[in-house]
Amino acid sequence: MLGFLKQPVVVTAEINMNLVALTVMGLVNRLWALSYPRAVVFDEVYYGQFVSLYMKRIFFVDDSGPPFGHMLLAFGGYLGGFDGNFLWNRIGAEYSMNVPVWSLRLLPALTGALCVPLAYQILVELHFSHCAAFGAALLILFENSLITQSRLMLLESVLIFFILLAILSYLKFYNLQKCSPFTAGWWFWLLLTGVACSCAVGVKYMGLFTYMLLLAIAGGHSWHLIGDQTLSNVSVLCHLLARGLALVVVPVAMYLSFFYVHLTVLYRSGPHDQIMTSAFQASLEGGLARITQGQPLEVAYGSQITLRNVLGKPVPCWLHSHKNTYPIRQQLVVSNPPRPVRHGHIVQLVHGITTRYLNTHDVAAPLSPHSQEISCYIDYNISMPAQNLWRVEIVNRESDTDVWKTILSEVRFVHVNTSAVLKLSGASLPEWGYRQLEIIGEKLSKGHHQSMLWNVEEHRYGKSQEQKEREVELHSPTQADISKNLSFMARFTELQWKILTLKNEDTEHKYSSSPLDWITMDTNIAYWFHPISGAQIHLIGNILTWASANVATLVYVCLFLWYLLRRRRKICDIPEDAWRLWVSAGGLCVGGWAVNYLPFFMMEKTLFLYHYLPALTFQILLIPVVLQHLTDHLCRSQLPKNMFSALMVAWFSSIYLVYRTFSPLTYGEPTLSAAELRSLRWKDSWDILIRKH
Amino acid sequence: TLRRVRSVAFPTCLSLHPATSRGDALAPGAENYNSHDALRGNQTPLPAMPYGADSLSLDAVRGGARLPSGPRCGGLRQRRPRRPAGEPSRPSPPPRAWAPLEAPVGVWAPLASITLLSFASRFYRLCEPPHVCWDETHFGKMGSYYINRTFFFDVHPPLGKMLIGLAGYLSGYNGTFPFQKPGDRYGHHNYIGMRGFCAFLGSCLVPFAYLIVLELSKSLSAALLAASILIFDTGCITLSQYILLDPILMFFLMGAVLSMVKYNSCAVRPFSAPWWFWLSLTGVNLAGAIGVKFVGLFVVLLVGLNTVYDLWELLGDLSLSLVTLGKHLLARVFCLILLPLVLYTAQFAVHFAVLNKSGPGDGFFSSAFQSRLIGNNLHNVSVPEHLAYGSVITMKNLRMAGGYLHSHWHLYPEGVGARQQQVTAYLHKDLNNLWVIKKHDSNTDHLDPSCSVEFVRHGDVIRLEHKETSRNLHSHQHEAPMTRKHFQVTGYGINGTGDANDFWRIEVVGRKSGKRIKVLRSQIRLTHLATGCILGSSGKTLPKWGWEQVEVTCTPYVKETPNALWNVEDHINPKLPNISLDVLKPSFPEILLESHMVMIRGNSGLKPKENEVTSKPWHWPINYQGLRFSGVNETDYRVYLLGNPVVWWLNLVTIGLYLLMATCTIVAIKRGAQLTVEFKELSEVLLHSGGKIMLGWLLHYLPFFMMGRVLYFHHYFPAMLFSSMLTGITWDTLLKFCAGCLSCSMGKRVYTYGMLALMLLIVYSFYLFHPLSYGMVGPMASDPNSPMAGLRWLESWEF
Repeated sequence: MLGFLKQPVVVTAEINMNLVALTVMGLVNRLWALSYPRAVVFDEVYYGQFVSLYMKRIFFVDDSGPPFGHMLLAFGGYLGGFDGNFLWNRIGAEYSMNVPVWSLRLLPALTGALCVPLAYQILVELHFSHCAAFGAALLILFENSLITQSRLMLLESVLIFFILLAILSYLKFYNLQKCSPFTAGWWFWLLLTGVACSCAVGVKYMGLFTYMLLLAIAGGHSWHLIGDQTLSNVSVLCHLLARGLALVVVPVAMYLSFFYVHLTVLYRSGPHDQIMTSAFQASLEGGLARITQGQPLEVAYGSQITLRNVLGKPVPCWLHSHKNTYPIRQQLVVSNPPRPVRHGHIVQLVHGITTRYLNTHDVAAPLSPHSQEISCYIDYNISMPAQNLWRVEIVNRESDTDVWKTILSEVRFVHVNTSAVLKLSGASLPEWGYRQLEIIGEKLSKGHHQSMLWNVEEHRYGKSQEQKEREVELHSPTQADISKNLSFMARFTELQWKILTLKNEDTEHKYSSSPLDWITMDTNIAYWFHPISGAQIHLIGNILTWASANVATLVYVCLFLWYLLRRRRKICDIPEDAWRLWVSAGGLCVGGWAVNYLPFFMMEKTLFLYHYLPALTFQILLIPVVLQHLTDHLCRSQLPKNMFSALMVAWFSSIYLVYRTFSPLTYGEPTLSAAELRSLRWKDSWDILIRKH
Repeated sequence: TLRRVRSVAFPTCLSLHPATSRGDALAPGAENYNSHDALRGNQTPLPAMPYGADSLSLDAVRGGARLPSGPRCGGLRQRRPRRPAGEPSRPSPPPRAWAPLEAPVGVWAPLASITLLSFASRFYRLCEPPHVCWDETHFGKMGSYYINRTFFFDVHPPLGKMLIGLAGYLSGYNGTFPFQKPGDRYGHHNYIGMRGFCAFLGSCLVPFAYLIVLELSKSLSAALLAASILIFDTGCITLSQYILLDPILMFFLMGAVLSMVKYNSCAVRPFSAPWWFWLSLTGVNLAGAIGVKFVGLFVVLLVGLNTVYDLWELLGDLSLSLVTLGKHLLARVFCLILLPLVLYTAQFAVHFAVLNKSGPGDGFFSSAFQSRLIGNNLHNVSVPEHLAYGSVITMKNLRMAGGYLHSHWHLYPEGVGARQQQVTAYLHKDLNNLWVIKKHDSNTDHLDPSCSVEFVRHGDVIRLEHKETSRNLHSHQHEAPMTRKHFQVTGYGINGTGDANDFWRIEVVGRKSGKRIKVLRSQIRLTHLATGCILGSSGKTLPKWGWEQVEVTCTPYVKETPNALWNVEDHINPKLPNISLDVLKPSFPEILLESHMVMIRGNSGLKPKENEVTSKPWHWPINYQGLRFSGVNETDYRVYLLGNPVVWWLNLVTIGLYLLMATCTIVAIKRGAQLTVEFKELSEVLLHSGGKIMLGWLLHYLPFFMMGRVLYFHHYFPAMLFSSMLTGITWDTLLKFCAGCLSCSMGKRVYTYGMLALMLLIVYSFYLFHPLSYGMVGPMASDPNSPMAGLRWLESWEF
């Protein structure tokens, strides 16, 4: 019974001291004096405002990326007990006492520190020596630009962490695949790959590039699996399904869940409400919901309404008539009791205050001469008969007898006589039109466009036909009751669409750069500058590492092509498994560099040096790969090997030296004198701030 | 039939094939075949040709390597143990199900008939409507420019328009019709020549497609299907009937693909005459394609990828020596890179030689460029070469259509920066563009004869005084009117006395300090001394108060962009000797480079305006929306560019079908399924030939998703050609596959009826939709009374 007691309880722990040492060094290196400077540094001013909005639960739209990254930063603020009360308006502004700087910056710093052991593990999993792996980790450790980026409240280090995690877990999974598929460990690493990918995409859309790379690699591996005829059809199918589940379904579900949390947490209306449709706004607490709360759902003849254009570009706008600056309420011609308007019905629209009918006729519009002018019909203009009948077409109808609903229905107004469609032209009128946007009747409706769609925002039933009474009514609040809750998917789709299509004005920035400047680091970014002491933080890399990485890439590509062409002629310079290692390691590192770098050439947005950091990380991982290959296969005898090792030591020490030299610009202290700063300006194109005395 | 083949002037591989008499029903490989069968003790004579006549002879050319061994009815079987060779156990091979449809017809008779049909469909009602349609207003006009030899600017390379001009010239059009706007009547002007030329090239697409598909699939019915799709597609007809670049582009594009396919077929006899012929013809067509529109780059890419694959295969062939490989490589470099480059350059040489008169395109080009053009005010003028103090100059911004630095007696309005005199960039030549260079610290009159001439040098600090108003060019830290992040530039001071904010450092790009500054040639940067900002033109148009001229700002961001660079155009200094600008005339490589830069910038400048409804690439394959070529109202003669929806939707479905079939086949092969010879051939056609066409479609379609410029429906037509050829190949393979799976007589029927049904469907839909191309009059289709009302299947169609 108590047989198990016969054996002693033994716990054997195997601790890789390399890993521990690297982790500790990484933590020290990234977390040292983390809350210095106690001032807003560069893009903290941008991310900080979202953290504050999270703390206050106010809805916002950020076109720079999905919400997971912001949420992580906000989580740091939440742990530090941040109340969100800080005005993020200026780089360099001192933080007030209520801002928990340390905990806000903790998460990026932690993830940045963990990249060091991750790099070590990745090379080990790629079957490189521990020596090479240690070298890779050290290179990441002493990379000034990665340190700067991870010590601040920014997202790049989080992104790089998830990218590396995804790569590592895929490699672990792949190595397990050969010996033990469908075990717990196998599932764990497979699922972790998917989760890490979705987190990377959730932090920044840049993560998509690595995700695609991993999918391609996994696709290639699956293709070999299909060709493996020792496996039965069923087990091949199981393998494929497992990969599909973990690498496609799980990431999509995770991505949706980020938005779910985002939309659940942010329930108050806020500064970006106007971007969203009326229906979305009505689902937020405060804002439009306060106005539309309790108004009747179905638009009827005699309803008083405001009409908002669905497009919301260039600015959100409502159908409006002059004479009175009050936003007009259109009133449909009254019938009593309220009879709902359905799809296809003919209506007249009366301007509530001026009692004129919305009219169009075959006269060119002021700014769009190919379209008809829209006016309110004025009695004394007798040269043209009134043509004020409009047919209501509900575009998002479910059946042809749908009722026109407040907020939810998107309608087109088709003029009965000329079949022109009421449309926002997008041009703004000159001075006489108070610079408001032009409305036209589009004669040739080219398909559907959002600028032709309108929805009702404010609405109430009007009862009186008398002008005086109607005016009184217009100023009184609305009544009745409906509640409109959009489904999560509808809100997600709209928000996602808005994030993808929202275009910020093309902003030129002093420190913006082009992708070509990045490889050679011809540019830097000044992140912070102390106005009195002159201490400064720059995003500036370890130039020696960057140069070595470039050389390594070049050597890799040349050697790869050389081997490839020779192998095609059946000349094998290196053994088969060394070749396979060379291809897989290079494919991952060079591929990772290429997918994270080349797409920027096609982007039109403002680019900064920090966009290059994920690509750089991959490129750094390539250096030890190439070095080990060179020692293993090109240095055949002992003498060159020894010389090579000596060179390595010298090279690593110079990398450390460069790191030490630039660390004042990385950590922001100690303060350097003007002469010292000038001596750090190794490239003329670097913009280091030197004060004139 | 082979004799007829030989009589055709085309040097094809087929005709070179050593004598294989095909008088009777026996195949050229028949001897081989029979002996093979005899080996197996199988004496059944082959009843009919398996494929079209050429295919077999082609097989034989390839060394008879592919023995048409016993075809069977039966699907693919998995991992069936191979029979030992020579085992006489096979049942007698039944005839292939699809053979009867193809064998007797021959190849050239169908080619002649589809060519005839194609020409008939393109030339029918060619002169209708007798007014300018759609983009004819551009390309017709440009054709006229060539005839009149006036210089113009267009975002496309010149070949297409030159050919249009040539066609017009040869057909007796004198270039006097203004082509002002769509709808203008041609009257007595001869426009048929130009339209006929385009229609001729457009008609050639059909035989090209036929030959390509035939070459790739060896199947007559596939080729016929592809050809009939193109003949009966209303979109292709409409696009071929007017003076447009598209038929010319598509002609060269298909020509390139055809010659590529042909030279691939000649691969067994490299360096033979036909091989060289087709290889160099590929190069010529590539030069043509890219010379018409830059979209031609996609077909260059297709040919390039194909060549790389080709070379890769050759490299793997260990029987070839490295020297032979080198020859292969050099031949391709010569024919596919050097030859097109030379031809492409030659087009530009002709272009610049023909257009030697000043015209509407002058302003887009630099001052040096303009000096070439007869009638331009820079032509044959002589000015002093180096800038000196006291010179009166005009400065032109280096950005495209950048304008001259300009000022006038008007102040910036209240609330826009400081209320000082406006400085703008103005596109026309005007006295207000004149500025005087002065030293920053003295106001002496350098034109005074007692003064010695002092040249302006790189790095000098100067003051620029506006000649008409005597105000200095000035900047300060007020925000600019439109670009808020830049500083405002004004005219300041009275009679040349201002303040320290009037000082600018003049620098030349890529020059050492102390060097003189040249007229026209030097790219000048003016740095504001006090704020360090650089004088530039933002390209934004000022509102009414600025007379809608272009904004000039001082940008604090130090960037090397043409926006911030200027050159000196006019230069008046009586004390300096004038030199003729002829010595400054740019060389041909410089003009070539400049015109390309201008074209590229022009292309990327074609951005959709805010709120403009534009065509999206995903609209195209589904035929979502057409283009109105002519006519708006009910009484007009209306032509609407829209693909035959049946054809297009068939193409769309086929792409999905192709992907499905290719995936299934490739997975089956990878899983080690044993295919019969017959299915192996089918899968070969499907994967290799279909793959090439599919690649062509992808290359001509996907890049549009990444383009920021304005896109139109007609951009899809090159891709549509590939899609149609894919349809031919895919359906043919599918039907053959089905036929192979069924019993033989059944299979035959399925194949025949399947093909017939597809063709009839296409012809009938063309009958329904033909008014789209050949003109509609009467009520619009949205009106229920219109005869076309029932055909408005999508609400977005507006005919």
